Amino acid sequence: MTVTLLRDGRLIDPSTGRDEQGDLLLRDGVIAADDHDGAEADRIVDAAGMIVSPGLIETQATLREPAWEDEDTIAAGTMAALAGGVTSLVCLPQDQPVVDNRAAVEFIRRQAERAGNCHVFVVGAVTKNRSGQELAEIGQLVDGGVVALSDGKRPVANAEIMRRALEYTRMFHRRIFSHAQEPDLVADGVMHEGLYSTLLGLKGMPAAAEEIMVARDVALAEMTGGSVHLMAISTSASVDLVRQAKKRGVDVTASVTPQHLVLTDAELQTFDANCKVDPPLRSREHVEALVAGLCDGTIEVICSDHCPVPAELKDRELDLAPFGIVGLETLLPLCVRALIDSERMDWPGLLGLLSTGPARILGLQKGTLQEGAAADVILIDPAAKWTIDSKTMRAGCTNSPFIGWQVRGRVESVFVDGELRFQAEASS
Amino acid sequence: MWTRKHLLGLEDLTAEEITAILDQAAVFKSESLSGDSKLDLLAGTVVANLFFEPSTRTRTSFSLAAKRLSADTIDFTAASSSLSKGETFIDTALNLQAMGASLVVVRHKTPGAPHLLARRVDAGVLNAGDGTHEHPTQALLDIFTIREKRGTLEGLTVTLVGDILHSRVARSNIWGLKKLGARVVVCGPSTLIPPRIEELGVEVSHRLDDVIAEADCVNLLRIQFERQRGAFFPSIREYTQFFGMNAERLRNAKPDVMILAPGPINRGVELTPEVADGPHSVILEQVTNGLAIRMACLFLLQQRQEAGDPQ
Repeated sequence: MTVTLLRDGRLIDPSTGRDEQGDLLLRDGVIAADDHDGAEADRIVDAAGMIVSPGLIETQATLREPAWEDEDTIAAGTMAALAGGVTSLVCLPQDQPVVDNRAAVEFIRRQAERAGNCHVFVVGAVTKNRSGQELAEIGQLVDGGVVALSDGKRPVANAEIMRRALEYTRMFHRRIFSHAQEPDLVADGVMHEGLYSTLLGLKGMPAAAEEIMVARDVALAEMTGGSVHLMAISTSASVDLVRQAKKRGVDVTASVTPQHLVLTDAELQTFDANCKVDPPLRSREHVEALVAGLCDGTIEVICSDHCPVPAELKDRELDLAPFGIVGLETLLPLCVRALIDSERMDWPGLLGLLSTGPARILGLQKGTLQEGAAADVILIDPAAKWTIDSKTMRAGCTNSPFIGWQVRGRVESVFVDGELRFQAEASS
Repeated sequence: MWTRKHLLGLEDLTAEEITAILDQAAVFKSESLSGDSKLDLLAGTVVANLFFEPSTRTRTSFSLAAKRLSADTIDFTAASSSLSKGETFIDTALNLQAMGASLVVVRHKTPGAPHLLARRVDAGVLNAGDGTHEHPTQALLDIFTIREKRGTLEGLTVTLVGDILHSRVARSNIWGLKKLGARVVVCGPSTLIPPRIEELGVEVSHRLDDVIAEADCVNLLRIQFERQRGAFFPSIREYTQFFGMNAERLRNAKPDVMILAPGPINRGVELTPEVADGPHSVILEQVTNGLAIRMACLFLLQQRQEAGDPQ
C-alpha cells in the first residue's frame, strides 16, 4: 500500500483543536504517528498553501439508487461526494423502495463498495414502508449496518410512534433523524410563508410548522432519554428550542444546510424550481439566527442535503417540481462564503461542523487527524477561486441554484483510507 | 412608450407604462363606439390562447379582442389538450409557436407559469392569470373603468373586499392602483388576508362597516371556493353578514361610490342582486372595457414583436 506524505500543509484537526503548519503521513490506510521521518513515503504531496483536514462527512444525502438509476446512481453520487471533499456519506431512505429491511441496507453498502469512491453509511427507515404507522425492524436494520433511523423527508406525524421509536432505538445507540415539520401546516406549500409568499401568491410553509415539531421532538427525547437529530433546521425559534434543550441535557442535535445560509425566500421571485427546497428558504432574520446557532455551538453539523432531481422534473411549474437541490460539490465553497468570507467563523470552526461534528452525532471514529484514525483526509486550497459549472459536475443531476456562482475554496485532493481517490484538475 | 416583450404582471410596470396601455385602450374603445368595430392592425398575426385553468370571461375576451384586431387565434384549453398525454405545458407552447403564434396568452393555476414560459419562448407572453399571483389585464380593466368615470386615480380610496389571500386580482390591483396614486384598503376575514400585506403599501381592515364610508370604489372579490383547501370562514351566512355588499351597507357609502366585481360573481355572497344590478354597479362596463384593454395589450406587444429584439 502506498505511503503518502502530505508535506508542509496547514494541519487542522477540529477534534483536537490542532491548527499548525506541518507534515502528515498516511500509512496502511491510517494516519501515522507524528514521529515519522517521512523517508518511507513513496508519494510526497506538496501541501504548501493548502489546508489538510479530515475528510468531510455528509449526514444527509439522497442517492437515487436503487430504483431510480436512470436519474442518478450510487457511483455518480459518491464521485460527486469525493469532488466535494466528502469521504463519508450518509444516505437517507427515499420514496421507493423504502430501506426498511436488512437486504435493502446491504444492497446500498455493496453498491457503494463496488463504486469504490467514498464510504457510504445508510440510514434505515424508522417505520415500516415509512408509513409512520408501525416501527420497522430496527434491530435487523442495525445488524445490517444502519447508522441512524429516519423516515427521511417524511415526518413521523404520530407522536406516539415517535415516542416508541425514541425509546426503542435507545437500546441500539442509534439516533433518530427527524425532518421536523407538522404535515398539515405545510400541505401543498412550496416556499416560506412571509412577505414573498404573499407577493408571489405561492402557498406558504410557515415557520411554526417546523417549530411545533422541533418542540415535540425535544419533549419526547427528554421524556424517553432517546437521541434525536433535527435535520436541517431553518428557523430562528427552532435554534432557540435546541439551545434551551441542550442546556437541560437533552440528547438533541441539529444541522443546517449552506443553502439556508446564503439564500433567502426572496430568491423565489425568479420562480426557479431550483430554489424550491424542503425546509424552504427562509427570510433574512432566520438566516441570521442560524449563523448565530452555528457560532455558539447549538448547531453542530452542516450538511448539503444533496438531492438529485432530473432537469425535466425541475423545469416545470413550481407546484409540480419536486423539492431539493444537489449539494455535495458545492458544500464547502458555499460554507466559505456564508461563514468565512463573512468573518463569522474560522477554518477550524467550519471544518469541525463538516467533519468532527457529523462523526460525533453518528458515533463514527472519523472526522479526526489523530494517530491511528482512518486516513480519510482532504487537501483544500482555501484561496482558489472558481465558478460553479453544471458541465463539470459529477452528480447525475445538476439541479442547483448556484450554477454560475463565483466561489472561493476548492477541494484539491481526497484520500480515503489512505488512497488518493480524487485529484482536482490543475487550476486554470 | 411601450418596450416590453411580455406582460407578466403589474408589479414590474411603471405608472407611465400602465398609462400607455390605458390610453391605447381608450382609443380602441372610442373607435368601436363610433362603429369601427373591426380593425386590421393584427392581420396575419397568430395569437395562441392557452388556458390551462377554466375560464369563460377572460378567454372569450382575449379571443374576441384578437379577432377585433383581425388576428388569427388558436384556442387551447386544458380539457382538449395533449397535457393529458403527458406533454409539459412548455412543449405545448413551443408547438403552438412553431405553428406561427407570435403572442401567447396564458392562464395557469401555478404562480410563475407565464414567467417560466417567457424564458423559453420567443413569442410575447401575456399573463391571463397565474394561480394566486397576478392577473394584470383584469386589474388594468378595473383601473380603466375607474379612470374613465373619475378622470384620475390620484387620491381615490379603493377598497378591495373579500378573499385577498387567494386573489390574483387583488395583487395586480394593489400594484397598479398604488403606482397611479390611489389609496388602497384591503378588507376581509383575517384568515383571508395574507401575512405582511401591509408592506405592499395597503391598509388592512376586518370590518367592511368601518371602511365603507371612505371608499370611492369598492371592488368585491369573488370567494374562491375552488382554491380554498381548508376552513377559512365558518359559513357563507357569516361571511355575508360581515363582508357582503347589500343595500343597507350601500347607504353608508359615498353617494357616488363605484361598485366593481371581477366576476364571475356569486350573487347573494359577495353582493346582493340589487347591488349587482343597481346604479352604482359598473360590473358590465368592466366587461366591455376588458375587451378594449386586451386589444390594447395584444396590439402593444405585437408592435414590440415586430420591432425586433433590442432589449
